[in-house]
Amino acid sequence: MTIDWNNFTPWASLSGGLVIGLAAAIFILFNGRIAGITGIVSGLIRPRLHDAGWRIAFVLGLILSPFVWGMFWPLPNIQIDASNTLLVVAGLIVGISTRFGSGCTSGHGVCGIARFSPRSIVATLAFMATGFLTVYVVRHMLGA
Amino acid sequence: MEKSNKMHVLFSLLTGLIFGLGLILAGMANPAKVLAFLDLAGAWDPSLALVMGGAIAISVIPFAMAKKRERSLLGLTIQLPTSRVIDKRLVLGGLAFGIGWGLVGICPAPAFVLLGVGGLKAIIFVVAMLAGMAIYEWLEMIRLKQK
Repeated sequence: MTIDWNNFTPWASLSGGLVIGLAAAIFILFNGRIAGITGIVSGLIRPRLHDAGWRIAFVLGLILSPFVWGMFWPLPNIQIDASNTLLVVAGLIVGISTRFGSGCTSGHGVCGIARFSPRSIVATLAFMATGFLTVYVVRHMLGA
Repeated sequence: MEKSNKMHVLFSLLTGLIFGLGLILAGMANPAKVLAFLDLAGAWDPSLALVMGGAIAISVIPFAMAKKRERSLLGLTIQLPTSRVIDKRLVLGGLAFGIGWGLVGICPAPAFVLLGVGGLKAIIFVVAMLAGMAIYEWLEMIRLKQK
């Protein structure tokens, strides 16, 4: 294993993690909800009256975040190398599977593990494992 | 169902915003960095391991506090998942999600952060993801009808 020290950003990533955790803490304490993006967004696929406003607001906050960031600091590098076809395939997989598995990196990986939920621990181990495996297959076996 | 008021919506907006800023600071909003984290056999960038660690460390106590309460600070019912069943859906869903995530380096929250700044590629991913969620709803409808 070779570690890419040039791109290693321990302090930024740790601080970013703390900010994400803070958001999850605010959400459960003030709104009584899990900050799980899959759960929040999926409630908008077939929206119900009086239940859509807070969901739209949360998603809007996410969408606005890079613009608010840009008012104070230059945006960090953003690079999407995948082809459009691959993005469609991956997007469909992510959409279907996060609903089947009741959550993604935020709901299971952060909120779920922080509440020591056995379901979330299992789900997180599962997606981390296939995440590592998929990149291995794509980059080192298929050589893409 | 509780009617949500302006305050709930405002807190939701702020939480989404803070969450997004955290993702940007952490490097999670850059798909190339996510893939570099998942690439154990290449030039591995371990940074993102610290994101989950930091996020969990700071939210453990707030979640424990929430578990003991019935109402949130804004007076809403605290809704924590109660299921403890580890079934096929959970495991297969998790495994499949990792494949989608590993293919492009984008998971649901960063997808929305990228929406306005990641160009057409980010829009394509979000539309496909929402279509995936709609397909799930449709499959569930068929499954429930057959029961």
